[in-house]
This record gives sequence, C-alpha cells and structure tokens, in this order.
Amino acid sequence: MAGALWCVVEDDRKGAPKKVMAEVLGEAARLGGPAEAVWLTDTASDAGLAQLGAWGATKVWLLENAALAPYRAEVWTPALAELAQKESPKAILAPVTSRQREFMARLAARLGVGLAADSVGLAMDGDRLIATRPVYAGKILSKVTWAKPPWLATLRPNVFRPAEAQAGRTAPVERPAVTLPPATMKLVERREEVSTGLPELTEAEIVISGGRGMKGPENYVILEEMGGVIGAAVGASRAAVDAGWRPHRFQIGQTGRTISPKLYLGFGVSGAIQHLAGMRTSKVIVAVNKDSEAPIFKIADYGIVADLFEVVPALTAEFKKLLEKS
Amino acid sequence: MKIVVCVKQVPDTATQVKISGADPKAIDTAGITWIISPYDEYAVEEALRIKEKRGQGEVVAVSLGPDRVKEALRSSLAMGCDRAVHVNDPALAGADTLLTAKALAAVIKQEAPGLVLCGRQAIDDDMGAVTAQLAELLGWPCAAWIMEEAVDAEAKSVRVGRQVEGGLEVFDLPLPAVLSAQKGLNEPRYPTLKGIMGAKKKEIRDVKASDLGLAAEPPQLSITMLEALPPRPPGRIIQGEIKDAVKELVRALREDAKAI
Repeated sequence: MAGALWCVVEDDRKGAPKKVMAEVLGEAARLGGPAEAVWLTDTASDAGLAQLGAWGATKVWLLENAALAPYRAEVWTPALAELAQKESPKAILAPVTSRQREFMARLAARLGVGLAADSVGLAMDGDRLIATRPVYAGKILSKVTWAKPPWLATLRPNVFRPAEAQAGRTAPVERPAVTLPPATMKLVERREEVSTGLPELTEAEIVISGGRGMKGPENYVILEEMGGVIGAAVGASRAAVDAGWRPHRFQIGQTGRTISPKLYLGFGVSGAIQHLAGMRTSKVIVAVNKDSEAPIFKIADYGIVADLFEVVPALTAEFKKLLEKS
Repeated sequence: MKIVVCVKQVPDTATQVKISGADPKAIDTAGITWIISPYDEYAVEEALRIKEKRGQGEVVAVSLGPDRVKEALRSSLAMGCDRAVHVNDPALAGADTLLTAKALAAVIKQEAPGLVLCGRQAIDDDMGAVTAQLAELLGWPCAAWIMEEAVDAEAKSVRVGRQVEGGLEVFDLPLPAVLSAQKGLNEPRYPTLKGIMGAKKKEIRDVKASDLGLAAEPPQLSITMLEALPPRPPGRIIQGEIKDAVKELVRALREDAKAI
C-alpha cells in the first residue's frame, strides 16, 4: 500500500524533539517506511530538524506557527487533518504523552478512522497493520486492526527499539500551508513542577519505586539519592500516594502513570494488580521487600527478601562504586 | 446548568479476567465483578460538586452497554446524579471508541448540557479516546487529565488545570466543553443509604441507536484476537547477607541483565 508513515513529533516546547521520537521513527522505518516526521510547533530549531533527519526521517512536514502553542486539540486537529487528507499517509504514529493521547483521539474522530492507543507492538500482516495493546490491567494483550487508513496509533515509550542517530543523514523540510482555526481555549498560566533533577517518570530508562514499606514521606530521600547516582526517576505505589506521601503525578499503576523502563527497582512495593498494570512491561524488574510472599516477587527477575532500609543505602553505595569504575 | 457525565462499566481491577473459550476476541464475563471505571467516579463526583456549589442544575449520567450497565447507572444515581440515559442496543456491541463517541454525542446533542465530564480513560481497554472524540463530534473545546476546575458564575466558561508532563497548564474554555477527570481532582463520595434508596425511583431512560438517529456502521478499529500475557521467565531470589546480596544484584544487573 502506498503512502508514508507519519510520526507526530513530541518536543520539549523549546524547539527540540524528545528522544522518544527515535523510537517512533525507528518503528515507522521497520514497518517499511517511508518514515516522515510531522511537527506542529511555534518554534522549530535547526538542530531539532537535523535531529529528526539523523533519526531517519525521510522528510519533515513542518507546521510552524505561533498559534500552535500552547498545544490545543481544537487547533492542531483541523490543521493536521487537512494535511493528511491532502497527502494520504498510510499511518500516523505518535508517542504516548498526555497531549498526544488527546490529540490523536480527536484527529481519529475528525478523519473517521480507528486509533490504537498505547500500543506496545506493531506488525504488518500482509497489507494490514496489527497493533498489540495491553488491556484489563495488562493481564491480556489485545490485537487490533483498522478498517481503513490512515492507521492511527500511539506508542508506549521505551518499548520500541530506537533508531540510531546517523550524523549527516538529513531530511528535506516542507512547510505546507494549512488553515488554522481560531482557538477558543486561552492559556492562563503554566505551573511548572519543582524539578527533582531526576528524569521524567514515563521517559526514564531506570525507575525506582517506593511503596507502603517506605513508612513515610521523609524516607523517599534515600530513593532520590539512589536516583541521582544511577539517573533514575523516582515513583510511588498507589498505597504511598493515597497515604499522601507523594503527589499523584508520581504514582505508577492503573490510576497513575504507565512505565516501561529498562530497569525497575521496587522497594517496599507489594505488587498489587493495579500497580503491576503500570509497570509490568518493564524489561528487568527488581523487588526488595521484607515479605517473601509479596506478589511482586512473582514477576521480579531479581528479588531480595530484606528490610529496604538496610538494602537501599548498601545498594546506592554499590551502584556508586560500579559507576565510578566505568 | 445541566451536566452530562459519561460512565463506563468495567471489570473490577482485582477480578480474574480470562479469554472466552468460545470467542478468542472476547473475555469470559462469567463471575466478573463489575464496577464504574474509577476515573469516571471522579467525573461523577465533580459534576455533583459543581451542581451543589451552584445550588441548582441537573446531572445526567450516560452509559453505553448491555443490560448489566444499569447497575453502574444506578450507582451513579445513588451518588447523586438526577437521572440516567442508557444506550442499550446489541447493534452497538462491537463499538470502537469512535462509534461509542458517536452514540454518546447523539445523546449529548439531545440533552444540550453546558458541560460534559468523562474519566481520563476506562480501565478495561485503556483507550482513553472517547473524551476527545466527543469534543470533535460536538465541535466543542476539550481538556484532558484535569486536576482542578472552576465554572464561572454565569456558566459561560470553565477554568481547568490539566496535567501535562512537567506541570499543570491552566486554561479558560468557553462552555459548552468536554473535560476528562484525572485522579487527584477530588475524592469520590460513597452513596448513602438514602441515596441508594432514592436511586431506585430515579429515571433510567433506555435508548436504541435508531432513537439517536445513528445509522448502522462498522467499527473503524476491531479486535482480531486476545492473547494471555506471556509469563515472565522465573525470577531469582538472591539469598545471603545483605552486603553480599547487594553486590551480587549489582553484578547480575550489569553482567547478566545488562540493565545498568
């Protein structure tokens, strides 16, 4: 089937694409390409455009306009729908972020096509695309397909193999003219979170999680210390969030964030189903819990049955030694 | 002000979910405990709070699904919703998010509310698409993952804080609008005994696709099959003194798993 696979760019709002775009572009190329980037922004940097090329985009459709920031679905949707109707891409892919999930859903409705949200696998079956999605708290995998193109999907971060950046690979930039409707939503303010200095939960390659076994909010500092040493984000279980120990934005699980890091380290986390729903696609799972019967040990690759308050400082010290050596 | 809340009935998180032996595209619904999707409870709660704060208005719960969905609507009424609409039509059994949104949008057009509230996503299929699709079909602005909201005195606009990576974006939206509730928006109430008794007398109106003027159409996204999650390879409990166990863990993470 003719047509390109479009990859909607998620950026840092300052002109640089996020590194998750290497995963989306890599997957689009693996599905047969051509992998083309589509970037809606008020400010695209030359370095950012070069980066998309280096990751293998064969073309960048740049929709650059002050009216595209802040992101509002009511403005983005007609803009990209107009371009899609003209260019007939075979697929439109985007990484899972809070805004892309909303935008892609609205775009699917406007184009009258299907959307496979939070996909963890994509594969061609003849000339149709099959997406794999975790459902029912991740207990079951659902395979879905589309009645017609463009096939819209959002991709869970850290699951798809990223394209390797090749310096010197460049993509031509097209600046199509599209109609932007006036926005009815007005931004009042943006409240930035106080940065912990650690990576964002859904993007982090390593995530440390503290559960009820942390005993209180004051003890998370030992996890943050470890996070600083190994470059990990620090999250929490629902029990810890509901106890008021951590803000909700740090919650991992069914009613929190879904993560899929290379390495997950859970301390004092029991492993309730709703927590597993948010982290079971992690590649390597480590659990430390005093209770040898804790369900998290059933899915852990490595477990230590011990008091986390003895393990965490020792482990932080050991990580520090390892990383100083290498 | 009239507010429509969209709710979905889903299996309880702790319920065992098995793939149906008869149909590899469906789950076996025998023995499942059904609940209102937790995010939808935040939406119901917020709608009730808006009504209570304004001292007037009406909250209408809407849901799509088979007969069992009445139970979820009855729970919404017990929490305090005034009445309910049940889109109950076997023709919509295989509905994807877009067909669901079309049916709900048709109900919303009939009801003509000032505000529509949904949950961020339903915890069965986790698609999280209906809110934005409703907004598109209705031609209204939308904001997803809201953590706070305030409707202005004239019910002309709503100020919402939506959660995004790295912070909160506060927007003013003209009404009518569609919002989706994120955890943290509120703490949903439990139905009181009086509420539960009162709910039995409240109206649940059944509607069919034809009542909504919906033409039969195939879904745009369909399930080809469901698969049980492949089991993870068995893990390893590292025994011994803590200092030795920690050393061995770090070695294994570096050399065997190559995870650090």
